[in-house]
Amino acid sequence: MGDAEHRRMTGLVLVVSHGPSTDDVHSFVLYTLNGLTAGALYFLVASGFTLIFGLMRVVNLAHGSLYLFGGYLGFSAWDSTGSWVLGIVVGAGAMAVVGLLTQQILLRPIQGQDLRQALVTIGLSIVAADLLLAHYGGLSYQLTAPDAINGATTLPVLSGVVNGLSSLHMPDVIYPTFKLFVFGFAAVVGILLWLMLNRTRLGIIVRAAIDDRDMVSALGINIQLVFALLFALGAALAGLAGVMQASTTSITTGDDQPYLLASLIVVIIGGMGSLGGAAIGALLVGLVEQYGLAYAPTNAEAIIFVMMVIVLALRPQGILGRPA
Amino acid sequence: MSASARLVAIAAAGRSHRGILIAAVAGVLALFLITFPLYASGYQMTAIAALSMILGIEALSLIFLAGYGGMVSLAQTALAGLGAYTIGILTVSHSLAGDLIGFRVFGQAIGYTVHSSYPLWAAVLIALLVSTAFAFLFAVISVRSQGIYFLMITLALAMIVYNVAEENYTIFNGHGGIGGERAPAVGGVSFDPIRYPRPFYYLVLVVAALVYFGVRYVVRSPFGLALQGIRDNPRRMRALGFWVEGHRVAAFTLAGFIAGVGGVLYVWYYQIISPGFIDLTHTINILIIAVIGGMIYFEGAFLGALAFTLVTNFASSYTDRYNTVIGLTFLLIVLFSPNGLMGLPETILRLPRTLTRFRTVTLGPSIAGLGASFGLGPSSSQRDRPRETGPPAASGSSEEADRGINA
Amino acid sequence: MSTTKRIGGAQRPVWWIGRLSVLVAVVMVLSSVLGSHLTSAKQLHSATNKGGVIKIGVLTTLAGPFAVPGQDGYRGVQIAFKQVGYKVAGKTIKLIEEGTDASVGLARDKVRKLVEQDGVDFVIGPLSGDEGLYAVKPYAKLHPNVTFINGTSAAEDTTLRSPSKNFFRFTTDGVQWMAGLGNYAYQTKHYHRMALVAEDYSFPYSQVAGFMTEFCRNGGHMVQKNWVPIGTHDYSSVVTKIPSNVDAIYVALGGSDAVNFLKAYDQFGGKAPIVGGSITVDQTVLGTKGALQKRLIGVPSAGPTADNNPSPAWQAFVRYYKTIPGHLPLPGLFVTGYYYEARAAILALQKVHGDLSGGQKKFQNALAHLRFSGPTGAVYLDHNRNAVADMYLTEVVKQGNSLYNKLIKVTHNVNQTLGVPEAQFLKRGPLSRNNPSCP
Repeated sequence: MGDAEHRRMTGLVLVVSHGPSTDDVHSFVLYTLNGLTAGALYFLVASGFTLIFGLMRVVNLAHGSLYLFGGYLGFSAWDSTGSWVLGIVVGAGAMAVVGLLTQQILLRPIQGQDLRQALVTIGLSIVAADLLLAHYGGLSYQLTAPDAINGATTLPVLSGVVNGLSSLHMPDVIYPTFKLFVFGFAAVVGILLWLMLNRTRLGIIVRAAIDDRDMVSALGINIQLVFALLFALGAALAGLAGVMQASTTSITTGDDQPYLLASLIVVIIGGMGSLGGAAIGALLVGLVEQYGLAYAPTNAEAIIFVMMVIVLALRPQGILGRPA
Repeated sequence: MSASARLVAIAAAGRSHRGILIAAVAGVLALFLITFPLYASGYQMTAIAALSMILGIEALSLIFLAGYGGMVSLAQTALAGLGAYTIGILTVSHSLAGDLIGFRVFGQAIGYTVHSSYPLWAAVLIALLVSTAFAFLFAVISVRSQGIYFLMITLALAMIVYNVAEENYTIFNGHGGIGGERAPAVGGVSFDPIRYPRPFYYLVLVVAALVYFGVRYVVRSPFGLALQGIRDNPRRMRALGFWVEGHRVAAFTLAGFIAGVGGVLYVWYYQIISPGFIDLTHTINILIIAVIGGMIYFEGAFLGALAFTLVTNFASSYTDRYNTVIGLTFLLIVLFSPNGLMGLPETILRLPRTLTRFRTVTLGPSIAGLGASFGLGPSSSQRDRPRETGPPAASGSSEEADRGINA
Repeated sequence: MSTTKRIGGAQRPVWWIGRLSVLVAVVMVLSSVLGSHLTSAKQLHSATNKGGVIKIGVLTTLAGPFAVPGQDGYRGVQIAFKQVGYKVAGKTIKLIEEGTDASVGLARDKVRKLVEQDGVDFVIGPLSGDEGLYAVKPYAKLHPNVTFINGTSAAEDTTLRSPSKNFFRFTTDGVQWMAGLGNYAYQTKHYHRMALVAEDYSFPYSQVAGFMTEFCRNGGHMVQKNWVPIGTHDYSSVVTKIPSNVDAIYVALGGSDAVNFLKAYDQFGGKAPIVGGSITVDQTVLGTKGALQKRLIGVPSAGPTADNNPSPAWQAFVRYYKTIPGHLPLPGLFVTGYYYEARAAILALQKVHGDLSGGQKKFQNALAHLRFSGPTGAVYLDHNRNAVADMYLTEVVKQGNSLYNKLIKVTHNVNQTLGVPEAQFLKRGPLSRNNPSCP
């Protein structure tokens, strides 16, 4: 064990036996915020994935490719016009179109054959990854959000709560504004999705179709149109997540794989087809990832996977998933 | 078709012209394989033929599970990797530049050298045991999941193995892995693939043949027949008194053993094992090989591996985009010839219909069964498939829907 | 013809279709293998039939995160051979390029293909440290009659410990690249307490070791080491962890990892200045647009090149580089490194008049004793056939809209042990997360 790890262990022991120091609490608060904001991005990526699976039983393993492609296109739009908002719109909108075309041309004719559809999306992801590499190369691309949401924000609330509840005197928490914005943005998207599913006619149709597709179709509703719309929406969410991530950190070739895996994990933990589950799963994954990087950096990734396996072993349908 | 009908057909075929034709062709192929070193270079013997057979063994473990067990698993590469790592840990003296509690000298943790000198035969046995044991463990964790959940949990398990291998320095030596695994030298004959390609080729050929015939034997055995029954209709099998989960776990464990065999040969070929060999790309590659070859044919494992090896080997001379070539080939096969290259004649015979609506290409018996198992209950698979005779299963059940009545 | 049978209402293919497939499969197998046999036979034949062609295999990375540097490396080889019109000692030069994704397995496959299938006379490459250490070096030991010249792979142990007699590295390793930086950080910049952030594998270990050799010797303290998995996206918690009372942070990350770290660092308003590893400030990172630029300005680093090196040789090289299609804004260590290796091959070939017979012994001897000068100065090989060359201390500077590495100081004749006696240097043991250490 290295010296740094020894110190960390000692610190943890001290924390447990003596109670946390101000520094420890301050760090912990920051790590928690990091986890929440990381989770917000994971929610954006995973929400599209879970919607597509929930309704159409399609495991879209090209979801990562949509994420990356949307991010690249969003970057190009921002780079040529300087408008960050345009980058977001282009990233999401272009992927909606791509998703729609994919679903209509390749997936709809083999509807119902779940394994085959999954394999088709795998093939698509391989081709897409290679073509994106050919065109965009191995560089990192990142967007800069407008100055209004850049910079740092002071959050006196948090320190006030901590200081009020304990005898510590923690300084005010200063946190990057853009990350807070991302969290808020993801929350808004989540709420809008929830409203769409629960308060609109389209949402009722979607929820009914999840339960009994034939019946919905028998009622004269164009179920194929619903599928197409929802796939486009899921793809748009993926592209949106790509642009947001490119603004928060960056995107580069090969990013489709880890974000596809992340979507899978989030959705497995939270439950396939459940938006609330995706939110819970995303927050869990984000928190575990950041705590892991902070306290046990060399094991962070394995812990996330182990968490997923535990959930699957104990509750195979996920936290908020419906039993098969 | 049902297993018993298949057996009858095979027995009958022995007396028909077709049977003789098949036997003749098989004989020619066997002769070709045995005499291959006479007209092939060392490179072709090892980098093309032997490597294809090794990948074929891995794909075979996947096809066995998927086609005959109804479980598409993405954990085979990881299981093979565990076997390979065991060989490395036990037979190679290597330096672990790791963080070990207790190894602190003057305030500094220093690396230490593992002097490994297990006899190779013992190491091989232990490696196979490790692969099999982990397969058993994975099976127990995932046996309750079905269809796409099963696929994803096996993928997650594979990624855990990858991440641990990548991050852990006390056993796996992290990113760099463990190198220097020497192929055995038995009775004066060295099997080193680069220096002595011929013995290595024959070693791999013999092992591959054993595995191939072994698996064929297993699927015709009572266990194999029961497994196919479970793949097609678990509820009925359960009603007949078969222990469904037990059979699945056993099948997965056997597949893990096969994967371990592949892993041992793999590490002797590359003479290094590192996390890069068991990452997501390599995991998907085995699936690609199985699909390209034909997911319901054992021969498809080797054919797919050969096709894959040839493309990656030679396409790079013509284009940098060989991954696109592989991806497109894979896509075309999934869309138009779902039984892979082995199913190509069948596809060609059906070509006129296929071109207009590729939805009507029916997959082989086991793929259709897989599709049902991916439905997570009757709600999706039952709806989008032409209605088959027989009463619909009660909704909310976690078993596969009834799929046609043969009696 | 009915290819299916109706059983129980569903369609099933009759079994013999599968076996008919075997026939087709056999035909395909036989033809493809024989076909490849024929093509390779032709290649081998043309390989032995020298006549006047020398085939050189170039191994570089063309996929994955190192794709861009890999392409640049190949450009370096092309520049060298273009300068002599692709003709050396009366023989025509044929380059065969193979790309990897920096993984060891693919490197193994490709180097085998180049040597055994394509029949090249010698190999130039690979690009990344792991490929050199785990794929090319072991393979080179099995083929003593084929010569292997490095690309830019920079792992220390490729030549320092148990080197292969036919492996020649005219570029320097990751430890050498850091020559001068530790001293500069401590003595000139007065950074006495530092933390580090680096990826958790062999190349960053060597960079850190190179930096810390000088830094610790001066009395510096590396109080915190943050080893992160390659490909980490969200550095928020890493940034949060860095203690506030350090004088500077040593960052040895590459490509997108560097960009992501700097972005997080910027978002959290990090105060401490940064000291960069060699690839932390290469063109792929410096070229990133946006607010990150201000974070990079003033970052000192060291490595085998300096962007504004005033020497005439370098300036000529830069001019020539800019005429190659697809070039990056400025030549970096990848194109320069491959150029040096290719140049060495050319000079050695000229010395032996293109004679590669006799197990290439004359050629290898010529390489081992070669001394020449190039765009970044003079180079010659030590007894492990590793380069002794000049290292450049740099600082990032803004000019107009772009950033470049300005030359501060040249350290001449840096060898693999950084001037420390070899026995003492080796005693430190293999590099790891904790070795070296000076908390």
